[in-house]
Amino acid sequence: MSLRRPAKEQPEHFEFNSSSLAAANNIISKYPKGKQQSAVMALLYIAQKQNNNWIPLAAMKYIGKFLDMPYIKVYEVATFYTMYNLAPVGKYFIQVCTTTPCMIRGAHQLVEACKEKISENETELSNDKSCSWMEVECLGACVNAPMMQINDDYYEDLDKEKTLKILDKILNGETPKPGSYRGRINNEPENNRKTLLDLKNA
Amino acid sequence: MLKDQDRIFQNLYNDLGSDVVSSQKRGDWVNTKELTNKGRDWIINEIKESQLRGRGGAGFPTGLKWSFAPKEVGSRPHYLVINGDESEPGTCKDRDILRFEPHKLIEGCLIASYAVQAHVCYIYIRGEYFIDGQKLQAAIDEAYNKNLIGKNAAGTGWDLDIYIHYGAGAYICGEETALLESIEGKKGQPRLKPPFPALIGLYGCPTIINNVETIAVVPTILRRGGKWFASLGREKNTGTKIFCISGNVNNPCNVEEEMNIPLKELIEVHAGGVIGGWDNLQAVIPGGSSMPLIPKEKCETLTMDFDSLVAEKSGLGTAGVVVINKDQDIIKCMARIARFYKHESCGQCTPCREGSGWMWRMLERMAKGEASRDEIDMLGDVTNQIAGHTICAFGEGSSWPVQGLLRHFSKEIKKRNKFDPIIKERKDIPYLVDQHLLDKNA
Repeated sequence: MSLRRPAKEQPEHFEFNSSSLAAANNIISKYPKGKQQSAVMALLYIAQKQNNNWIPLAAMKYIGKFLDMPYIKVYEVATFYTMYNLAPVGKYFIQVCTTTPCMIRGAHQLVEACKEKISENETELSNDKSCSWMEVECLGACVNAPMMQINDDYYEDLDKEKTLKILDKILNGETPKPGSYRGRINNEPENNRKTLLDLKNA
Repeated sequence: MLKDQDRIFQNLYNDLGSDVVSSQKRGDWVNTKELTNKGRDWIINEIKESQLRGRGGAGFPTGLKWSFAPKEVGSRPHYLVINGDESEPGTCKDRDILRFEPHKLIEGCLIASYAVQAHVCYIYIRGEYFIDGQKLQAAIDEAYNKNLIGKNAAGTGWDLDIYIHYGAGAYICGEETALLESIEGKKGQPRLKPPFPALIGLYGCPTIINNVETIAVVPTILRRGGKWFASLGREKNTGTKIFCISGNVNNPCNVEEEMNIPLKELIEVHAGGVIGGWDNLQAVIPGGSSMPLIPKEKCETLTMDFDSLVAEKSGLGTAGVVVINKDQDIIKCMARIARFYKHESCGQCTPCREGSGWMWRMLERMAKGEASRDEIDMLGDVTNQIAGHTICAFGEGSSWPVQGLLRHFSKEIKKRNKFDPIIKERKDIPYLVDQHLLDKNA
C-alpha cells in the first residue's frame, strides 16, 4: 500500500461550478437508478480538475452529499486510488515511470532531469510554483520506455537530454508535443518492421 | 512467421486510421447482423471450437466462461464488463486496441453482449489512459451515430449501451472482482469467490468479464470460423496474440504473432535482438512482471504459449515480454518489481499487505549485499506464506517473481550476501551472539 495524506491546509468550502455540474449529472445517468454511488470516481476527477488538480476534503464532503453516500466512503475511495491528488500539485504534474521495464531502459535519467529542473524532492513545487513531479508505478507504455506523463499526455522514448528540453518548455508555459521523442510511429519496431508492410507502403 | 492476412489487428500501428469508415473497409461491422442471426448457441460453440483463451493473464477458455451466464434473464439484468485496466508492468497491448482498433472492440462488445444477453456494457479503462479512452469514446459516439450500437444495434434487434468507466491508478482493479467493486464506487478490494461474477457480479447481477483483447478478436473469429483460429498455434493454445517486447532489446515493439512462436524468434526477428547480442541475455520475464523469470539457457528453445510456459514453472500471463540483459543487476530489477507490488497491494489480506513490504525490503538489502545468508531461505519462506493465502491472485502475482529469482539466481544472491551476522561481524552485540560459538571461533 502507499502512504496517502490529505494536505494540512484545506479550503473551507467547495462546490461544483455549472460545467462540472453538467458533467457530473451526465456521468450519473450512465449508471442504473439507485446506483449513483458508481459515479464517485468520475466525480472526484471532476472535482480535481476544477480545483487546480487536487481534491480538498470539502470536495469529498460535497460529493458525498451529492451522491447521497457517507463522507467516509468518499474519503476511502479518494485515499485508495493514487491518481487522486490529496495535496496541491503543480499546474503541470509530471509522473515519471520507474518500474522495471522503464528502469532498465534508464528511467533514472528522467528522475535526474526532474531533480535538476523542477525540485530536489518529489511532490515539491518548482520555484515558480507551476510544476511538480513524482515517481510512479507502471504507466503501461513499456515498449516506449522510458517515458513520463505530464497531465494527461504521454511522452515516450526519452532520455535525459530530451527530458530536459521538455521540462524547459513546460517551465516557459508551453505544452510540448506528446508522443514518441525518437520519431517512431506508435508501437512499431523502429526501422525493423517485418509485419503488415503492404499497409505501411500503401 | 504469421502471414499478414492472418493478423487480426491490421491497424496495430495505425497505418489505416481508426475511424468507423476505415474500420469498415477492414471488414469490421460488415455482416454483424448475419453473425447474431445464427443465434447464441452458434456463437458460443464457435468460440469454444476456436479454443480462444482469455488474453488478460489467466487464460480461462472464453466460450466456457460465456456459457456460465444464466440461459434465461431473470429479475436481474445481465452485464458485460470489459477489463481494460492494463497495469501489469511490461504490458501495453490493450492501449493499442483502444486507440487504433476501437471498432473491433465495440463490435466484439455487441456480439458478446448478445451472446450473454446483456444490454449494458461497461468498459473499465485505467485512469492513466485518459487520452486513449477519449479516442475510444469518440469511436463509441461514431457507432451510436451510425446506429451500430444503441437501440436495435446494427440491425441485430439487440439493444446495447456502452459506457466507459475510468479507473484511478490502482493495479488491483485489474482483478475482476476488484474491478466490479471499483465500478460500484468502492475501494478496489477483491471479493471472495465463489460466488463467481457470472452469477453474482456487478450490482449483484450476472456479469461476464473479459479482457479487451479477448473481446476484440471475437468478431474476426466468427467471420473466419473457429476452425481457422484453432488452426493457428497448437492444441489448446490457439490463435494469435499481441506480444509486447520491452526492456533491453534494440527495437522494443508490439507485434501480433501466432501462439507458440519461439521466444528467440520474437526477440531476434521482431525486436531486433538483445542489446549487446544474444549472448548478453541474462533473463526474460515472459508474461508481465508477475510471471517468474526464465534464465537464458531456457530461452533458446522456449515457445510462447500458456502450457509450455507453465511447464517451465512460469506463465504466458499477458504476453508482456521483458528482456533483461547482462548489463542489468537482476536482483535490483526484481527488487523494483517487489516495490511495485508493495505499492499496489490493496491491503485487504494481511499476508500480502505485510509480506509484499518484507519481500521488497529484503530484496533491496540483498541487492546491496547487506543481507545475511539465512535470509535467502527466509525470503523463500515469506513468498510461500503469501502465495495461496490471499483472497485474490495478487498474492501469487507478487511472490512468483521473487520465487523465480530464488530458483534461478540464488547463486548470484549467495555470492553477494556472504555476511554472517552471528559469528564474524557482530561480536559487539552480546545479546545477538551465541557466546558459546564465539569462544570456539576466537
